[in-house]
Amino acid sequence: MPILSISAPNPIPILPNPLVLDVCGWPVVAGFPSPAADHSQKRIDLNDQLVRNKAATFLFKVKGDSMIGAGIYANDMLVVDRSIEPKHNNIVLAVLNNEFTVKRFYRRGGVVKLIAENLIYPPIVIKEGDDFSVWGVVTYNLHKLL
Amino acid sequence: MTRQIALVDCNNFYVSCERLFRPDLKNTPIVVLSNNDGCVVSRSNEAKTIGINMGQPWFECKRLAEEHGVLALSSNYALYADLSNRVMSILAEYSPRTEIYSIDECFVDLTGMPKLHDTSYQIRERVLQWTGLPVCVGIGPTKTLAKLANHVAKKHPRSRGVFNYNNLTDAQQTKLLNQITVDEVWGVGRRLTKRLSAHGITSVQDLRTAHTPTLRAEFGVVMEKTQRELQGTACIELEDHVPDKQQIISSRSFGKPVTSLPVLQDALSVFAATACEKLRAQNSHAALAQVFLMTNRFKPDLPQYNPSMAVPLPMPTNDSLVINRWVQHVAELLWRDGYQYKKAGIMLGDILPVQVLQTDLLEPVEPSATKLMQAIDGLNSRYGRGTIKVSTGGLRDEWAMRQERKSPNYTTQWDAVPAV
Repeated sequence: MPILSISAPNPIPILPNPLVLDVCGWPVVAGFPSPAADHSQKRIDLNDQLVRNKAATFLFKVKGDSMIGAGIYANDMLVVDRSIEPKHNNIVLAVLNNEFTVKRFYRRGGVVKLIAENLIYPPIVIKEGDDFSVWGVVTYNLHKLL
Repeated sequence: MTRQIALVDCNNFYVSCERLFRPDLKNTPIVVLSNNDGCVVSRSNEAKTIGINMGQPWFECKRLAEEHGVLALSSNYALYADLSNRVMSILAEYSPRTEIYSIDECFVDLTGMPKLHDTSYQIRERVLQWTGLPVCVGIGPTKTLAKLANHVAKKHPRSRGVFNYNNLTDAQQTKLLNQITVDEVWGVGRRLTKRLSAHGITSVQDLRTAHTPTLRAEFGVVMEKTQRELQGTACIELEDHVPDKQQIISSRSFGKPVTSLPVLQDALSVFAATACEKLRAQNSHAALAQVFLMTNRFKPDLPQYNPSMAVPLPMPTNDSLVINRWVQHVAELLWRDGYQYKKAGIMLGDILPVQVLQTDLLEPVEPSATKLMQAIDGLNSRYGRGTIKVSTGGLRDEWAMRQERKSPNYTTQWDAVPAV
């Protein structure tokens, strides 16, 4: 019987990067391996999904009923991203004459309006002398069901 | 190649943070008061115009402020720390070499950056758009000149918030430095200004052209370094933390890379103890603690991760036990597996003399802690540092600071989110 050599023919390279292994989230039993073991992945993280830009994202709580037509109700939590350029039809957090307001942003043919999603509130046309800016664009609405 | 060191500094930082969530205060003069509403630590431009001074005790300027309808707010360090962390993370994207100098200031090495002019304006616009905080950008060949350039950017509206000293001709440099008084130079405080003026040095240009051997003999090597920095020779490297009275930094590069949290925490507890000892030596307490971790940037093939986080302390303190507790907690939050950490450190900020603390009627003060700290310092100075040290106990207490005029923790507390 030949004697096995224990020295490797070539040096084994040390990898420059740490070898990252997927986490297996269940006990491994002796016997049959789990058929899902090779497919384990990191669990979905809502932070990653809901926050595109961490440095520029803020939360605001909804007051009032002016946006119920868009499914935004009092006490809902809005995810607002300041880094997004507001486009026509986005729902935005605006500052009009030094007050916050959430409305649909209308910008067509040089006309800028803030449109409520509730018929009892008429659209607000932004006039020359108004102090108006968009604070951020609303990207998600978190509505509690329980 | 000329180095392009930028200092990015937030304008009226605390006031700007407060206004972000209170658009109704856009034109109201505002001051922010230090812990327990002691002194003025931030002023809006309107409050500056009225004549309220930086650092002025509130009781002294209260009447003037009330006459002019000034709104006084307590410090909301939770809010300021969160917004600071956002600004710093944006700046870190512009250069692999940055140094967070304080809660509202950061050095960014932009050497070799293509389209530097556009980039410097873009930094300003991006921070403003993403965080709502106005900043000024000053650029120079050294940190001292970058700080001075930032001062110019702040004072001169024509600069639109960005000023690059490197773009000046020699004659323009001389003219500019003649116009700025020497007390605006980084590291030159009130006492040094007085002593310098006794030697006929009143403008920055005077200091830049002063006779070097005399300057060194009279004011020491630190002043000589400042002079050389003003002449354009970098003497203070970006990582060199020059502790002034407002902050104490304790950090170290590790002998070998650290890959486990307990080891890191052990190191941090030593840094915390060292920083607290320094703090007590100058008879001060701190209201802010910052922890930073760094991987080895000289090994770009390794994954890089350089996080930092600042937390407000519930009460200003110099107690190693309290500060260590917060440092350990932040370390856990920052820690990510899979990185080789080369360096870590802590920074204590918002430092004020102990006498300034106005103790809260309702907050129990712990005199025993002070005695304990004195005993620890005594033993350590007698038998060597580390004879008595804080063990990483992992205790975590959460208190809420009582402050009468504090705004809600808009960005850090679920039930304090602003309603719109």
